[in-house]
Amino acid sequence: MARWFETHLPKIVLAPSFIAVLIFVYGFIGWTAWVSLTRSKLLPKYEIVGFIQYDRLFASPRWDTAMTNLYIFGGMFIVISMVLGLILAILLDQQIRVEGAIRTIYLYPMALSMIVTGTAWKWILNPGLGVQAMVQGWGFENFKFDWLVNPDMAIYTIVLAAIWQSSGFVMALFLAGLRSVDTEIIRAAQIDGIPTWRVYTAIIIPSMAPIFLSAFIVLAHLAIKSFDLVIALTGGGPGYATDLPATYMYAMAFSRGDVGQAASSAMIMMLVIFIIVVPYLYSELRAKND
Amino acid sequence: MTDVPYSPARQSSAGKVALRWGLYLILGIFAVYYLMPLFVMITTSLKSLEEIRTGDLVSLPREVTFDAWAKAWSGACTGIQCEGVRPYFWNSVLIAVPGVLISTLLGAVNGYVVAQWRFKGANVIFALMLFGCFIPFQVVLLPMARMLGLLGMAGTIPGLIFVHVIYGIGFTTLFFRNYYVTIPVELVKAAKVDGASFLRIFWSIFLPLSIPIIVVSVIWQFTQIWNDFLFGVSFSSAGTQPVTVALNNIVNSTTGVKEYNVDMAAAIIAALPTLLVYVVAGKYFIRGLTAGSVKG
Repeated sequence: MARWFETHLPKIVLAPSFIAVLIFVYGFIGWTAWVSLTRSKLLPKYEIVGFIQYDRLFASPRWDTAMTNLYIFGGMFIVISMVLGLILAILLDQQIRVEGAIRTIYLYPMALSMIVTGTAWKWILNPGLGVQAMVQGWGFENFKFDWLVNPDMAIYTIVLAAIWQSSGFVMALFLAGLRSVDTEIIRAAQIDGIPTWRVYTAIIIPSMAPIFLSAFIVLAHLAIKSFDLVIALTGGGPGYATDLPATYMYAMAFSRGDVGQAASSAMIMMLVIFIIVVPYLYSELRAKND
Repeated sequence: MTDVPYSPARQSSAGKVALRWGLYLILGIFAVYYLMPLFVMITTSLKSLEEIRTGDLVSLPREVTFDAWAKAWSGACTGIQCEGVRPYFWNSVLIAVPGVLISTLLGAVNGYVVAQWRFKGANVIFALMLFGCFIPFQVVLLPMARMLGLLGMAGTIPGLIFVHVIYGIGFTTLFFRNYYVTIPVELVKAAKVDGASFLRIFWSIFLPLSIPIIVVSVIWQFTQIWNDFLFGVSFSSAGTQPVTVALNNIVNSTTGVKEYNVDMAAAIIAALPTLLVYVVAGKYFIRGLTAGSVKG
């Protein structure tokens, strides 16, 4: 008995966590998937009727806005964060004397809650007393910067704040990547008189492809899950001009009492993440097992 | 090959100096960009409302006052309650401390099993747990709300601790697993030959080696739980809200005059714990962020 216990102890120790993950991750995903196929309104019903919730979802102009916003926000956030991160990493890689201090400054926003970030930018961008008022106060009375309250531009304030928060992190990722490139090759290229910019574009950056992929995955993941920043910065407004799938889902689940819509929108978010993350995880796990 | 320093003759030394200055200038401009919101938050929190209305966004306070800080801590209204962020700050502490400790401990044990006591199916289990890190939490929000209700933990602090532990173990397991796979399996084999048990090997050999990764895991989990908003807003009730939810309520409360200085002070208070952790242990913070995203 004691021997049996000792040989199976590793499994016994792992079991509670594994069971918890099975129930609270996979079981719950199953529950949400199930409910998304029912007529659930305020309370969940369990009688499957088909894809009516998805039909409603795709017919909803608010969901349409949320998905369009996700493309705009996600696209700009990912591309600009990566470009900025890469440029900053390359600049910091030139034997900068105070590199440690600069790195600390670039990266600290990542330690902040999105709610704090949203609160700060909401204050900076408010037209009445923020940047617009400041520049007008300098004598440029026609200066206009009212993105926060302009339904067509409000989504870009989210992009702005999100890039501020995350680009330092991308910089750290790329810097680690630059440092891991074989210095022998770089030195050889330099001795051959190849200009520095060519060394970067032809040797260093192509060899960092896996890091580009990692950064993309992390940023895409952040973008799809974005919720707190929108709540704190715009509250999804003006109107629902800055709604994202995450805020749509939350509104349906907790303020509209539309469980079916909440479940189906959550499943779409899940699907988008699935498409991005699964091939990545699969290749990672395979590479590590080889 | 001898060590030849790179010094192309084409580049004049004056041009090089100019390039160097340009480089530092650009880096400096970006430093200002990243620091500006923090600077504006701090200066705004130290101004009176009168000065905020008449002054400039980026100007230093003419007269430094800590009234806004006092109000943010113990008097600002989060809806109908006007107790400041203080009670919610302690809620966050009560949620984060047990949440961090339990999830880190579970992650350590799980990582030890997955990395060193491989049995059939261990890799599948690890993959399933790892995928749990990546799900959008929206997909578990509705059933979790019902489950917490069934367990009698809806709107309670233990309920929030429970949720954070459940969805934190994927990451903590990943941290410890990736740390422990670098330790040769011969170590466990030798210890087993000497008659050491599963738990004894973990306790006397692995745990003492794990200080750096424990720090990484604790910092990661603390930052995640402290900064969480989605679970906090979904699963708390009036008295158990974490500080992020209270901050959002203060900023968006529509009653009375908009007190930007109080908002900013409250935001800094909410940010202080994680900022402090970052300043003190930034190296480990970055390691947590990059764990799993950079192969190596």
